[in-house]
Amino acid sequence: MGLYEDIGGAAAVDAAVDIFYRKVLKDERISRFFKGVDMGKQAAKQKAFLTMAFGGPNKYTGLDMRKGHAHLVEQGLNDSHFDAVVEDLGATLKELKVPDHLIAKVAAVAETTRKDVLGR
Amino acid sequence: MPRVVFQGSSYEAAGQSVLDCLTARGHSVPNSCRVGVCQSCLMRAIRGAIPEKAQTGLTPTMKARGLFLACQCFPTEDFEVALADDVIRRVEARVSAIERLNDEIRAVRLRPSSPIEYRSGQFLRLFKDARTSRNYSLASVPSLDDDLILHVRRFSGGLVSGWIFEQLEPGSVVMISEAFGDCFYLTGRPRQDILLLGTGCGLAPLYGITRDALNSGHRGRIRLYHGSREAGGLYLTEQLRQIAAAHSNFQYRQCVSEGPPGEGHCSGTPLELALKDNPDLGGWRVYLCGNPQMVDAARMETFLAGAASSEIFADPFLPTGTPSTPPPQIDASASTARKTSSSAT
Repeated sequence: MGLYEDIGGAAAVDAAVDIFYRKVLKDERISRFFKGVDMGKQAAKQKAFLTMAFGGPNKYTGLDMRKGHAHLVEQGLNDSHFDAVVEDLGATLKELKVPDHLIAKVAAVAETTRKDVLGR
Repeated sequence: MPRVVFQGSSYEAAGQSVLDCLTARGHSVPNSCRVGVCQSCLMRAIRGAIPEKAQTGLTPTMKARGLFLACQCFPTEDFEVALADDVIRRVEARVSAIERLNDEIRAVRLRPSSPIEYRSGQFLRLFKDARTSRNYSLASVPSLDDDLILHVRRFSGGLVSGWIFEQLEPGSVVMISEAFGDCFYLTGRPRQDILLLGTGCGLAPLYGITRDALNSGHRGRIRLYHGSREAGGLYLTEQLRQIAAAHSNFQYRQCVSEGPPGEGHCSGTPLELALKDNPDLGGWRVYLCGNPQMVDAARMETFLAGAASSEIFADPFLPTGTPSTPPPQIDASASTARKTSSSAT
């Protein structure tokens, strides 16, 4: 079985998305990047991100990641912010009682997007 | 072999998704991720059963309206579909009355020539002529009101609202569309608490939703906050007070954002006052209608206060012809008109 099945598939994404997004919005290190965004659209994006990080079906490419974050890089998005998101993701999964070894795998998948997100 | 029917043509869907079936025939259907996540390819079922998988991740009201994700939809029987917000049906309606609600807002009561199926809180498109139309929210409740009731605010220079205020009178005949929108009451969780926040004629859908919920026997708390800059912008206050007097689970607060508190109203915006009264919205259902800035802010704040993102229903009233939207010429077929404005201009 793959990571996505191990973690619980679409149901796990549904369970995690609100907890994760609320953590991100309340995280003072990164909340400024979410000021004034359309929450309706943003929730769908968070879902797409979690699906990808959980190893689920997705068609997002490095180029999408670059384009989607370029305006934030201009506003100073850097490694510390990326780390904060990964930390919030880990805390979300811990809250949902996901075993540590799966959390580590999710973090590793998220890690593969770092260069694209930060536009390097 | 199941067939997909779209805009009058019928195609064989040989194991294809509805999205692939239509785009392969040269139709333009918005799409992006193609794996059922981004919800760009939302379409609406007109006839035929929707496969369950095609509605994964949609809100309960979207499902109830027959919306589905075209990229995840593999029909097993003949299936007629439309773009999510296309007007596929228009009917004539006769104006039965026009009532003054306050200085700026009128209730327009309409009798359609053939029945229109709708849910309280949805909106419909009212056509001034073939090229000019606006969306207006419904304040009526299908099981309680014989008429369709719209609340129309007059905008200075408003092409359609000016026409409604100056030209329409009882007996006038107009064209209207079927009903749209995902911001409406659903039965099924009668003990859930409900928060309704609205500004200006954002009260229209909330008034319909409130009466629909109470009439359906909703048992949970229902809290309605209606805001305006000045007390003169509030309306239906007496009717709402009477509803509150008759239903112990319903409370109504009038919110005036400029100036001190006065008779019957509090000082502040609906959002501020609602969060002060109800700081924990975990488990609540939330409806937000009216001014788009208010709706955006409230969507964020009610979510942070604990409301689930799938339980927040919003209808921002975007003014027609603002720089971010195309000029105010909505095609008669309306295939390009997006679900944006309600009760504007």
